[in-house]
Amino acid sequence: MTTFIQICIDAASLGSLYALAALGIGLLWGVMKLINFAHGDFISVGAYALIVPSSAVVPTLFIGAWPAPLMIPAVILVVASIALLAERLIFRPLRTADPSTLLVASFSLSFFLQYLILMIYGARPKAVTVGSTLNAELTLGPLRTTYIDVVTISATALLLVAVALFMTRTRFGIQMRAATQDFRMARMLGVRANAVIATAFAISGILAAIVSFLIVARTGTLAPRMASQLVMVGFVATVIGGMGSLVGCILGGFVVGVVSAFLQFVLPEDLRATRDAFVFIVVILMLLVRPEGLVRLRSQKERV
Amino acid sequence: MRRATVSPAAFLVRHSTVFILVVLMAAMAVVTVAVGDKTLVRTVAEIYIRTVIVVALYIFIGNSGVISFGSIAFVMIGAYASAWQTCCKALKPMSMVGLPDFLRLHTYPVFFASITSAILAALVAFVVGIPILRLSGIPSSIATFALLAIVFVIYSNWNSVTLGLLSVVGLPLYVDIWVALGWAVVVIVVAYIYQSSRYGLLLRATREDEVAAEAGGINIARQRLIAWVISGFFLGVAGVLYGHFVGVISVKMFYLDLTFISLAMLVVGGMRSLTGAVVGVVVLSTITELLRRAESGFHVASLHIQAPVGSQEVSLGIIMLLLLIFRPNGLTNGREIAWPRALTRSARSGGGNADPSPDTAEQHAG
Repeated sequence: MTTFIQICIDAASLGSLYALAALGIGLLWGVMKLINFAHGDFISVGAYALIVPSSAVVPTLFIGAWPAPLMIPAVILVVASIALLAERLIFRPLRTADPSTLLVASFSLSFFLQYLILMIYGARPKAVTVGSTLNAELTLGPLRTTYIDVVTISATALLLVAVALFMTRTRFGIQMRAATQDFRMARMLGVRANAVIATAFAISGILAAIVSFLIVARTGTLAPRMASQLVMVGFVATVIGGMGSLVGCILGGFVVGVVSAFLQFVLPEDLRATRDAFVFIVVILMLLVRPEGLVRLRSQKERV
Repeated sequence: MRRATVSPAAFLVRHSTVFILVVLMAAMAVVTVAVGDKTLVRTVAEIYIRTVIVVALYIFIGNSGVISFGSIAFVMIGAYASAWQTCCKALKPMSMVGLPDFLRLHTYPVFFASITSAILAALVAFVVGIPILRLSGIPSSIATFALLAIVFVIYSNWNSVTLGLLSVVGLPLYVDIWVALGWAVVVIVVAYIYQSSRYGLLLRATREDEVAAEAGGINIARQRLIAWVISGFFLGVAGVLYGHFVGVISVKMFYLDLTFISLAMLVVGGMRSLTGAVVGVVVLSTITELLRRAESGFHVASLHIQAPVGSQEVSLGIIMLLLLIFRPNGLTNGREIAWPRALTRSARSGGGNADPSPDTAEQHAG
């Protein structure tokens, strides 16, 4: 029983990260049919913003040295600005382009950001100590966990509630949901496309910034491709959750997290390294059974 | 059997796209070899290998409209299959103990190996294609991505056969500019024949309107599977070529980076035409090479100027973004290169009853 709860905590913590990544990606898919491969680089930008730009092996903390109430908004501001800039310069001119063009544009942006980081900071991974105290062990009765797991789960819960409130209680949020359902119709009814899409990018940036904190605190390292694996899983989660449905993205993220955590436990020792292969086999099976995703949106069905 | 009455000139004009592409490709090789700069010869040979990859991607993606993130898995399968057959006679029995005896203890001729490796890739494509290609749109793209991830994880952990994350070193280096050119020509010709064939046209119909095509009685999954298997075969060939061109293979060579850059070439060139696929490869490879040379430094008077590491990729990223923003449908905008229209008319009247193939009709509409 204890082992089971232990696995559940692992699954919830991993699933939280995946859900946050999937939500950041799913928002943009919903409003403009963009599969944003650069989301991972938004996360890296947030993480690298913590240190002084230089290729020195031992990094000097920059924003990372500030007290948390100042540091967190500062990083969010940096990432959200990058996301908004990308929207204005790249994705706004391409709004009517077809999804494959958008996709390759986001590859290119990802490529650009990745090597920009490499050019400025160097390719070597760097060790940083922002929030590393959170890795201390936390014992609750028979359960052993770490503070970072608890922080990850609760931060995710908070963010999801915040996003849910935003989506249901504010004008922008309601407009965004309308745009996700039927963008053209929403525009005809007076929803401003530019404002809605820019807001989606900003929120996506905020989510990316939070994920960069959670990753840095957990791993203590910075590397130009630190978030690529996470984001790959994020896409998969978005799709199996149901493209365009925000609840679906979150659900998809947790499902992948749970499957990964349980496979880690169930698989025999010598197959554990190939865990991801099994996760992806499950993904293909899920897609075959429910190609439209776990949460089916009525509006996503193709009309003739 | 009307074709028999068509004069050779009319035949050339009607299928001018493929002839022009092949002649240009061959001319590039002849000029390069005549210039004789060794680095340049290698660069051009690599362009031909890339052409095999991107045109093979085009056979599936361009004609079906379904983006596949997973096709590079077949490049990996081809490369390793060829390595098992041709590489490291002395080391193989000890280092790759998981191989069956006919591979572990024997070495096969390179051409034979290239064909069997490509067939293996096509077979795998066939088997995995049957379930995956029943999906459409983004779910099918993500399923192909899952395929790439699965193949990558298996090959990087199957130590007794692939040496895991270590490189396999010492593949025979028989691929030079001519071998690469030969395969590039073959893939271009096959892609052209396929897209002008009944099957290619059926698949293109599903690309334009999936619902209408299905209502018209086209079995979408089957048409996609045909293109997918042909594409898988040539991606396998490309893997063989890469392995025997570089001499070293490792699983990391055939993963996300190659996927991204190949898709970028296809889309920047224009994924809806064969010409677009070829143009994308040539243009992006040329830009990359120029940037690479700029990054390695140049001399102004006695001053050696060198760009910082990474500036090559940063500039490439900016250039790709600009190309996409200004030409969102690709450089060719979905059109094929063809003999000028005015000349086509006169040739056609001379050629007698040559009915315009659906393909040329499409170019004129574009």
